[in-house]
Amino acid sequence: MIAFYCLAVVLIASAVFTISQKSPVYSVVGLLVNFITLAAFYVTLDAEFLGVIQIVVYSGAILMLFVFVIALLSSGIGPFTEGPNRLPRVLLPAVLTTLIAFGFVAYGALHAPMGALPAHVATSTLGPVGSANVFGSTADFGVALFTTQLLPFEVTAFVLMVAVIGVVLIAGDAVPQTTRGSHAKRRKRRTVQEREPIVKVSRS
Amino acid sequence: MDVDISNYVALSAVMFFIGVTGVIVRRNPLIALMAIELMLNAANLALVAFARAWVNNAGHIFVFLVITVAAAEAAIGLAIVVAAFRRAKAVDVDEVARLRG
Repeated sequence: MIAFYCLAVVLIASAVFTISQKSPVYSVVGLLVNFITLAAFYVTLDAEFLGVIQIVVYSGAILMLFVFVIALLSSGIGPFTEGPNRLPRVLLPAVLTTLIAFGFVAYGALHAPMGALPAHVATSTLGPVGSANVFGSTADFGVALFTTQLLPFEVTAFVLMVAVIGVVLIAGDAVPQTTRGSHAKRRKRRTVQEREPIVKVSRS
Repeated sequence: MDVDISNYVALSAVMFFIGVTGVIVRRNPLIALMAIELMLNAANLALVAFARAWVNNAGHIFVFLVITVAAAEAAIGLAIVVAAFRRAKAVDVDEVARLRG
């Protein structure tokens, strides 16, 4: 109980810190604290494997991607809007709308017939009988992933492949262009020349 | 230590709407992407809590799927930010308002 409220305070404070900082680097630090606290929540909810992949995938891969892009974009001229520029105009309506929507959700959450959590260790309803399927363990998760939930797993692989292709298309070196031979080459050369002053500005 | 599941759901709702506020208020696209990550993680917390309440690990599989989609979304979103920065020097969601090729 006490652990829940301590973790909840850290979770909410780090979330507020994330969206209220001027520099994106501080936001990344807040997001890191948030994700690690969330991994602790997963462990307390008997989802150890999810806690581990939360730390590995989010704190390891995704936040590293954020830090990399911040370093890439702010190495030259300062490209970022300083601080929450939209705050004075839209802060009040945004907070009001958010609070109203949150009121609905919290009302539903607190009035739904949801009791206390069941006993600590229980057998999962999925997976073959006889395996070490303690609920939330890695064995339980893996058995479910490769037997009953195989289709979502395959869809996951497909989504990752689409993401890789999309990233290469969007952020690749060449601008998007048609495969029309010399015309495409001319367009590419001209775009490179247009891009040259930006590079010079960023180096000076 | 028995915490009602409604506490987890309420905490998830708080975190989700902090993310909503971040997306609405901030102009920096990187922080908007981070707020989207906050929202996805709030949904994950609710899913894990419900999976724990009805002892059923389908919720865990769903969280796995959401984490994968979040990774793909972050990669593509950051790629769009990099591409937009290459074309126009300003990285500001209000200035990149025209979707011309």
